[in-house]
Amino acid sequence: MAAVADYFSMGGHAGFIWTAYLVAAVVLIGLLIGALHHVRRNEARLLELRAARRGVPDGPGEPAA
Amino acid sequence: MHRFANPNRFLKLANALLPWCAGLTVLSLAVGLYFALFDSPPDYQQGETVRIMYVHVPAAWMALFVYACMAAASATALIWRHPVADLVAKSAAPIGAGFTVICLVTGSLWGKPMWGTWWVWDARLTSVLILLFLYLGYIALVDAFDDPVRGQRAAGILSLVGVVNLPIIKFSVDWWNTLHQPASVVRLAGPAIHPDMLWPLLSMAIGFKLFFVTILILRVRGEIAAAKVRNLQLSLAGH
Repeated sequence: MAAVADYFSMGGHAGFIWTAYLVAAVVLIGLLIGALHHVRRNEARLLELRAARRGVPDGPGEPAA
Repeated sequence: MHRFANPNRFLKLANALLPWCAGLTVLSLAVGLYFALFDSPPDYQQGETVRIMYVHVPAAWMALFVYACMAAASATALIWRHPVADLVAKSAAPIGAGFTVICLVTGSLWGKPMWGTWWVWDARLTSVLILLFLYLGYIALVDAFDDPVRGQRAAGILSLVGVVNLPIIKFSVDWWNTLHQPASVVRLAGPAIHPDMLWPLLSMAIGFKLFFVTILILRVRGEIAAAKVRNLQLSLAGH
């Protein structure tokens, strides 16, 4: 138990070291969530519009990708 | 459909690469983190705080690398009007800005216990802060016009002008007396760092690079879909 506490104290610099890793994790996870959100929103919108376009009776029509 | 010929080829390749990039990102970051946090020695001068290096240095490398990619993609778009290149540049910018933020914040958290200060206006730190502003300027400019092509052109020119900052960042520690330590991995005489520290560092660096490729593929896919949405909206509005 003491060894674990000693490990997490990081030689008295725990605040700096763990915060650095936490900040990196938060930024990287934020980038991942942002990218997934971006791709899902736009691809869903594209499918919606393609469906709407097929609904237009005399449209030129586009073959589905 | 001619306009989409290139993006569709890109999508095919990107979708094939995506699961590999994502899997290898997780693997190399897991290996890197294990060694960085559990199985690497404390530094003889810096003690345990040297562990901050394993996120700080790869983030700094990526901040420069992503900018170079963004500028190269912008140049490709400006010169050859390659339709995907603009989208690559636009998609890289927020990722590069993220790595620059990680670099600056972890550097500050490393500076406080080692230098006794969160921040100094020395050449290395200041030039990296300017890099962050270049990324933010690009992100603001690329969406500042109603016509996305104009925004991409303006932001692309900004990114090319900002390339001058890259050698300034790299050589700032040699050209000026700075508080920041000089390069110890990428130097002519070979790495001046013990292998026990070099391997976790490289593993984290590979993880960060693969993470960049993974996020870039996702964002470019989103941008291609957004461009197709714009074109469809225009043709629907024509009815």
